[in-house]
Amino acid sequence: MRANRWETLVVALLAAVTLAATFGVDGFANGSNVGFLFLDVTEIALMALTMTLVIVAAEIDLSVASTLGLCCAVLGSLWNAGLPIEAIMPICLLTGALAGALNGVLVTRLGLPSLAVTIGTFALYRGLAYVILGDQAVADLPPAYTSLATQAIGPIPLATLLVAVLAIGAGIVLHRTGLGRAIVALGSNEEAAYFAGIRVKRIKFWLFVASGAMAGLASLVFTFRYASARADNGIGLELAVVAAVLLGGVSIFGGRGTLPGVIAAVLLLAVVRNALILADVANEVLNFVTGLLLVASVLAPNLKVRLERKPVP
Amino acid sequence: MLALREVSKSFGAVRALREVSLDLVPGEAHALAGENGAGKSTLVKILSGVHRPDRGTLLLDDRPIEFHGPADAQAAGVAVIYQEPTLFPDLSVTENIFMGRQPRRSFGRLDRRAMRTRAVELFSRLGVPLDPDQPTRGLSIADQQLVEIAKALSRDARVLVMDEPTAALSGNEVERLFGVAGSLREQGCAVLFVSHRLDEMFSLCQRVTTLRDGAWVATDVIADITPDDLVRRMVGRDLATLFPKTDTSPGEVALRVERLTREGVFTDVSFEVRSGEIVALAGLVGAGRSEVARAVFGIDRWDAGRVHVAGRPLRAGSPTAAMAAGVALVPEDRRQQGLVMDLSIERNIGLTGLRWGLVSRGAERARATDWAIRLQVKYAHLTDAVTVLSGGNQQKVVLAKWLAREPRVLIVDEPTRGIDVGTKAEVHRLLSELAGQGLAVLMISSELPEVLGMADRVLVMHEGRLVADIPRAEATEERVLAAATGRAA
Repeated sequence: MRANRWETLVVALLAAVTLAATFGVDGFANGSNVGFLFLDVTEIALMALTMTLVIVAAEIDLSVASTLGLCCAVLGSLWNAGLPIEAIMPICLLTGALAGALNGVLVTRLGLPSLAVTIGTFALYRGLAYVILGDQAVADLPPAYTSLATQAIGPIPLATLLVAVLAIGAGIVLHRTGLGRAIVALGSNEEAAYFAGIRVKRIKFWLFVASGAMAGLASLVFTFRYASARADNGIGLELAVVAAVLLGGVSIFGGRGTLPGVIAAVLLLAVVRNALILADVANEVLNFVTGLLLVASVLAPNLKVRLERKPVP
Repeated sequence: MLALREVSKSFGAVRALREVSLDLVPGEAHALAGENGAGKSTLVKILSGVHRPDRGTLLLDDRPIEFHGPADAQAAGVAVIYQEPTLFPDLSVTENIFMGRQPRRSFGRLDRRAMRTRAVELFSRLGVPLDPDQPTRGLSIADQQLVEIAKALSRDARVLVMDEPTAALSGNEVERLFGVAGSLREQGCAVLFVSHRLDEMFSLCQRVTTLRDGAWVATDVIADITPDDLVRRMVGRDLATLFPKTDTSPGEVALRVERLTREGVFTDVSFEVRSGEIVALAGLVGAGRSEVARAVFGIDRWDAGRVHVAGRPLRAGSPTAAMAAGVALVPEDRRQQGLVMDLSIERNIGLTGLRWGLVSRGAERARATDWAIRLQVKYAHLTDAVTVLSGGNQQKVVLAKWLAREPRVLIVDEPTRGIDVGTKAEVHRLLSELAGQGLAVLMISSELPEVLGMADRVLVMHEGRLVADIPRAEATEERVLAAATGRAA
């Protein structure tokens, strides 16, 4: 299978980097660091799952991190208003879903390109978060939940188990269901998919809703993990999410990609960042490396195609 | 001035042009006639430098010349006006005329005044009042074509090729365009006029060359022939015995279309297709045939009218509803609409059978294998992308994808376009067999032999209306073509 070679490469790279970090970086291969490594990418991993489906469908959602921030702001202000946390959590998920629904409506009903729409809502949702919560940090959250978010079974954090379960679910949807087949088809050729009776717009709409709801879920994990609900929570995460998905071999043009590839890419990013942090590399360099991996991941498949293709007159 | 000598051009297995010769002389308007697929467009593209001939030569002023691209053809003085002009909508008329060749002043600054003066001159030479400062966005197609002609003149074009320029024009606009073409001819340009409209050829041109199946048939002086002569030259050929439509007795009405209208596209179209029947929908390109098929299948909405499938009304604008009612559409554009080219044969066939929930890989594979074998698709692996298949085999995959749903009504739009003769015969046999098993088939085809060989009845559309319903026994090439060109109802 030609399409899977890239994924194999990512897994190999992950193994190599992990091996190098184990022997080359002090403190990398101990239980608490492994737990931290996993925990550190929880939100990225969650949002990458739905982002994979969105990008395979040849769309993109750049507003996920802003949606996360908006949900955090809603959580914080409702908590300040005295609502019980058990009531706030579903409201956060709903907020995310509604934010996604607005993206979905703008893309499918008005026919706007999702890149433009979600750059707009990227600013809109973050701005709304500041309007709701201002620059305050809501930190007096119930300890039962904040400790739950960092709890672990052995070296594996509970949040990572949540990611694992949802990843398996997303993998089944993409690779083993009619819906997944339809998503791949419409991402590859929307017109042919429509001619085959696939409800292209409806599927895209619900993908945006799912993406928003997933950002809502990620906002809960983020807030409890840092025990702090702020409007600027998760700022800039959308780039890491998109980077992970593209690095995982999903085509930015849609129609091609696998979930195992994306999971491997998330782990690769996590290991690289973690190893660099442990090796005391400056934060700026960290971003540089992430960017480098992103550019490489977008370039490499194109270069490969260009090298394989015979020149056409 | 410009001439073709025994020019041939093939696309894969399809021989689009076979040893065609043509002479364009100054001061003459030359018409190019032929049915759909006769090779007219290919010839135009060779003159405009888009395609290069496989064999044969182009002569410019009796010297051989090669066009390596449209730029070469333009430099040689050949200008092509298409049905849909390609202008920059946000630039002014003047800027469009001089795009890429703007007169300059010192330091590379544009000489706007010179541009404008020359534009005004060009339009007065053409005898049409057009504001040179207006952006082209708001212009009618007719005015845009005039801008294209002005552009050609500004390049000192000596050969003006007009590829179906009148298809989108009103009567007055056609007259004005002909006035311009006529005066250019008198000024010594050679004009090549490609059209489906016989009356236009007769009013504008002095000579006519007819192509049929990519080959030269005749070059006549217009004054010496009648429109009927021309039609005979366009169609006159032996009916191939390739089409084994067996006689069947039609059953119940499977598809009934009543007064279907989509504004500006087709009007008041009514017909029935019975199960066991193959009904052909003939007509010229742009007559609205594919659009009717798209509307029935729910790709586009209709504005008025009704569609019944097996006696039950069909919801407008939903392919899903049409599929549930048992309608299948094998679309015109195989690569863009019929198939997801990057997906495998198996996945493409599976596309019409998707349900919620888990996909059984075994069932998916079985369905694909079953239909690939029944249609004799030639493939290496079912997991190969459909891109690697030949056109004929790709079309079989599209058919397999729809037949796997066991439809009640099958609409096929140009089912054999661009596929080799052998596969063509297989597709015909298949359609005939399916009709024999009780399927209702609506076949859109621009190939008259196919229409006459396959169809139990021939419906003919002309400019968005159904103008004829001809039973098999009475269908002749002349009669179908006459109806399609609007010369007889």
